[in-house]
Amino acid sequence: MYEADLRATAGQTMAGRVGAGANTRLPELYRTMRRIRTFEERVGELFVRGQSAGSMLHLSIGEESAAAGVCAHLRDGDSFTTHHRGHGIFLARGADPARMMAEIGGKEAGYCHGKGGSMHIADMGLGHLGANAIVGGGIPAVVGAGLSARHHKTGAVSVAFFGDGATGQGILYESMNMAALWGLPCVFVCINNQYGMGTNIAQATANPNLHERAAAFGLAAETVDGLDVEAVAEAAERLVEGARAGKPAFLAVSCYRFYGHARKDKSPYRDPVEEEAGRRQDPVAFARAALIDRGLESESELDRLDTEIGSEMDATIDFTVAQTEPPLASMFRDVYAPEEPEPEPVRARIDRVLARD
Amino acid sequence: MALQELTYRDALRKALADAMTENPDVVILGEEVGRYGGAYGVTKDLIKEFGAERVIDTPISEPAIVGAAVGAAMTGLRPVAELMYVDFIGMTMDQLANQAAKIRYMFGGQIGVPMVLRTQGGTGRSAGAQHSQSLEAYVMHTPGLRLAMPATVADAYHLLRMALTKPDPVVFIEHKALYTMKESVDLDAEPLDWGKAAVRREGRDLVIVTYSRQLHYCLEAARTLSARGIEATVIDIRTLNPLDFDTIRAHVERTGRAMVVSEGVMTAGVAAELSARITEECFDFLEDPVVRVAGEDIPISVSTALEAGSVPGPQLIADTALRMLAGRVPA
Repeated sequence: MYEADLRATAGQTMAGRVGAGANTRLPELYRTMRRIRTFEERVGELFVRGQSAGSMLHLSIGEESAAAGVCAHLRDGDSFTTHHRGHGIFLARGADPARMMAEIGGKEAGYCHGKGGSMHIADMGLGHLGANAIVGGGIPAVVGAGLSARHHKTGAVSVAFFGDGATGQGILYESMNMAALWGLPCVFVCINNQYGMGTNIAQATANPNLHERAAAFGLAAETVDGLDVEAVAEAAERLVEGARAGKPAFLAVSCYRFYGHARKDKSPYRDPVEEEAGRRQDPVAFARAALIDRGLESESELDRLDTEIGSEMDATIDFTVAQTEPPLASMFRDVYAPEEPEPEPVRARIDRVLARD
Repeated sequence: MALQELTYRDALRKALADAMTENPDVVILGEEVGRYGGAYGVTKDLIKEFGAERVIDTPISEPAIVGAAVGAAMTGLRPVAELMYVDFIGMTMDQLANQAAKIRYMFGGQIGVPMVLRTQGGTGRSAGAQHSQSLEAYVMHTPGLRLAMPATVADAYHLLRMALTKPDPVVFIEHKALYTMKESVDLDAEPLDWGKAAVRREGRDLVIVTYSRQLHYCLEAARTLSARGIEATVIDIRTLNPLDFDTIRAHVERTGRAMVVSEGVMTAGVAAELSARITEECFDFLEDPVVRVAGEDIPISVSTALEAGSVPGPQLIADTALRMLAGRVPA
């Protein structure tokens, strides 16, 4: 299936977009994608330096167009959930990369004070209802957010981002069915990077045309080639605005996971030839070439931008390394609401039991 | 206000209706909650009063019902999700235990999940192995989830009203054998605090700690015991999380004997937790081992004889107390 994608994109040129000039959002989309790419590279560096908390780091390199293209059409008040590979989406919605990196490093200064980390990062201010380490686990929350938007007539949409692996989970279909049944402002975005951990989508389903499943439930459904961020953004605009008007939608973004499932995974299950071809489907390089080709930016301007972003992301590592771990006593905080008593520590209970007069 | 005669079911329905009238953000979602009126009739006609956008009939999709309630609670609604039988809780466990219970903690206290999951459990209707269980231990074993199990009509009303003001997710487990129970109640009377156990009967000889339908069996056993000269204290813990251990401790220290009664299976159950805590914390005061009277470690049968034999009843509770106090009972 993936080879078919490659053939399709090989025949594609930028000719169709020449002259789309003045109103294009490509420079902004490129900047978002470059920031994601560089951030993810620094996450890898943090891990190599032994400064990241935990071993679970999942990079979205190669998938940047999904985050940038869809988030370009979200606005204040909208909400979203992400999966275990969601750094890019949060950045595209305006996250502070330093606080993100600090969270990935398990530091007090992070978005969740070091309790969530890479896979449970969230920020209510930006409408991020949470990353999720359970495949598909964050999907139904957008149905609830859709009910809230309907109830309070806010006009907000809620977007669930997940990988192709989540298309094996029943909760996706339950959620899409409810969204379609009730006409809720929900969008389901499947970032199809071809792999659920080590299993290619072709080994996980007999019909990899994922949008057909969503169409069967009555959602507006499309598949778009993630090589071209403008194509992703165009599809997202249609679908997000449709959802806002009560027609929930599904968008599959075809892309390639450049690296392993997690940092330690060298993907021995992938053919090197396939990997090489996959990494040529690079949405960041593609957008960069398009900017130059269409005379929107010069190479030197882009070099300067890339360098600025590099410095910005370097600083996130310095920031993280300098931060402190959360205090041990914070362990009992936030199990329940702040006005409720904290759970009694085991040590305190043991002391009480053994304090015999 | 005057006393009124209400069933447990009516009290629950009134709690939902009053909460919905008071707070326009309260919505109900679940299977058959609207047009059908709830499998046990608790939500009967609420859809007529509050409309289909607040009393939402869902497809048969328990995980997404709970998951949608989580998302709704995070974005400004006050959802009451209904799980028709607690036996279906396994279907929802990811959304309940990994999402609802942990969101406040994982996200560093940014937001809570103020939702109520109403469900019902227990034996008594010959409903078989998949519709008769007492699975409260699953919930009690998950930090972040509150757990209320009303035994009386007044508590059915008040605990549900209070659950709908709590900042954290509350699992609210009703007992299917109590829906038709009637009591005269004054719903305007000052209710007992949330998280406070109710001492339903005081006696000098032993403490029986229980909750939900077993409260009524314990009180029946206590009357039998009283006729034999043994006076039992019966404590209804009402909320399993938060757990009011102070009340239990005070009475166990006074009487020196404790029995824990639960319909859930014995092994690794609620009775095991309560028994361990009493043993640890009241050790110096105990005259006898803490005795658990709980469900057998077997599935529930559809046969009414086997079903009734699988869980504690007044006879077993009274007999056990008599044996604990054997030396003190007049022959």
